[in-house]
Amino acid sequence: MSVLPIRRQTMVEGDIDLSKLERRLREPRTLINAALNWLVAGLTVLAMVPLFSVIFMLLWRGGQRLGIALFTELPPGAGMVGGGIGNALLGTVIMVGIATLLSVPVGILGGIYLAEFGPNTKTASVVRFAAKVLTGLPSVIAGVFVYALVVTTMGTFSALAGGVALSILMLPTIILTAEDAIRMVPHRMREAAIGMGCTQTQAILKVILPTARPGILTGVMLAVARAAGETAPLLFTALFSDYWIRRLHEPSASLAVIIYDFSGQPYPNLIEIAWAASLVLVLIVLGLNIAAQFYLRKSFTK
Amino acid sequence: MSATLAEHTEPAPLSISRPPTNAEIVWDRFFRGACFCFAWLTILLVVLIIWEIGKHAFPAMQAQGLEFITGDKWDAGNNKFGILPEILGTLYSSLLGVGIATVLGVAVAIVLTQDFVPPILEVFLKNVIELLAAIPSVVYGLWGIFVVIPAIRPAANWLHEHLGEIPLFGTRLSGPGMLPAALVLAIMVLPTITAISRDSIAAVPPKIREAAYGLGATKWETILAVILPTSSRGIFGSVILGFGRALGETMALAMLVGNASNISWSLFAPGNTLAALLANKFPEASRVEIDALMYAALVLLTITLAVNVLGTWIIMRTAVDTKGGR
Repeated sequence: MSVLPIRRQTMVEGDIDLSKLERRLREPRTLINAALNWLVAGLTVLAMVPLFSVIFMLLWRGGQRLGIALFTELPPGAGMVGGGIGNALLGTVIMVGIATLLSVPVGILGGIYLAEFGPNTKTASVVRFAAKVLTGLPSVIAGVFVYALVVTTMGTFSALAGGVALSILMLPTIILTAEDAIRMVPHRMREAAIGMGCTQTQAILKVILPTARPGILTGVMLAVARAAGETAPLLFTALFSDYWIRRLHEPSASLAVIIYDFSGQPYPNLIEIAWAASLVLVLIVLGLNIAAQFYLRKSFTK
Repeated sequence: MSATLAEHTEPAPLSISRPPTNAEIVWDRFFRGACFCFAWLTILLVVLIIWEIGKHAFPAMQAQGLEFITGDKWDAGNNKFGILPEILGTLYSSLLGVGIATVLGVAVAIVLTQDFVPPILEVFLKNVIELLAAIPSVVYGLWGIFVVIPAIRPAANWLHEHLGEIPLFGTRLSGPGMLPAALVLAIMVLPTITAISRDSIAAVPPKIREAAYGLGATKWETILAVILPTSSRGIFGSVILGFGRALGETMALAMLVGNASNISWSLFAPGNTLAALLANKFPEASRVEIDALMYAALVLLTITLAVNVLGTWIIMRTAVDTKGGR
């Protein structure tokens, strides 16, 4: 850092010939330096284009349909006008809810084991490895697995199967963030609790978990956001439905699948619905992401 | 530990602390057991996934054998299945996507760490790239169909007309194809590559950089000759992990790659990938076709597991190395 000012000084009187340190614009190294500066600047701007393009398109094409009807009506058939995504939104909420109920207890208790009971045991390192493997699991594989395990046993596509498939994708995020959040709790707090005569369980439930709560909740919110946007695991577990969901063991619509189904249709009305559904989905997912970051930051500054 | 403490402590009347009661100790044991079981559940889940898919793929493995991997036709009517175009398409689209994302990601990582822009802009840039990861892949697919394909079609067809002899530009881009799929894939793995490269570049000790400046190196000589080589292993790990993610990416590809069992060098020809094959064929597949798709899923699972384990291992080894160096 301290080198930079010297380079910029062009004419300084002194014992040494400082003009030799001066950088000439025509010297190849200076030129290369400048060219590379422009290159990374260009690449960085290029990297930002997609996000703004996606947001612009969502607001422009999806924003037109934003209204009450979008949330209360059923999807339109081919060639029909109007319609909405009411059942798809409800289906997504229900399936993500099932997935959250399944994955949060397993994830948090697993995280507690990793951080508190056996952080250095062989089991823990295998569990961590398994969680990392699950993080990298292609989402379509989760769908294939749940098809083989749940759909073939139940004999029908169902919202329940969709929820199970999403929970597999949520689990690794929750378990790994819960472990990190619990590890951040200062050691003296658990020592104080145990010194007062708490069992380790009491120390965890009454002292450590409340302290680690912001971190754990952030992980859950991020996992929910990821699950809400997943399509591949739902394609052949929850399938799709044109009607409102009545029971958990029947096929259900979801926001993600409606976008996929309608994107390939030749009818402008269906394409518009797909854009509107995308806008709603992105608002949910980005909202959860931003809320998670905001919540984490707020609890840190307290 | 707390159980043994309980046996030794004398009851102290004026203290707020007291030893745990028997009920509390039983509850403690139970809770520990529950945590242990749930931790094991994660391992069991991975084993169950592999076993269940393997079990369902077994009939197809017996019926199709290795021809499944070398065959290039997917003909459900005659029970002839081959996934060579899908395997090659998966590798081709992922390599292209990761190649583009690596150039962009490393450039952004350098901008984020080497004092190119004021800190406020750094935070903004970092958030923009992180937000890219939050957008669902099906939305990228929709965006690809209605923005990327129309945007690159004129340039692609110009390249085909003028440089059509080069195999890369051998066909016209009529709609979905390898290049739009790879471009969208690049955007999707960009956050992974940027975040991990940024971390490993930021982990280079500042004194190494200052030493290079002190020797009279320009900023870029320092970056290219000192900083990037020092952090190269972390960057390589990020590329492998990005590659793992690209291999398994489903929806954007199912919507953009064209779903044609087709082997071609051309960037503009439609192709297919394993994940897109599963997404497109599974919902309407017959009994025998589902067995074959399970086999394809097993192949995909094997490839992604191998790549992910490799990437994680490289990054873990880098972390150990930099710790040891300090």
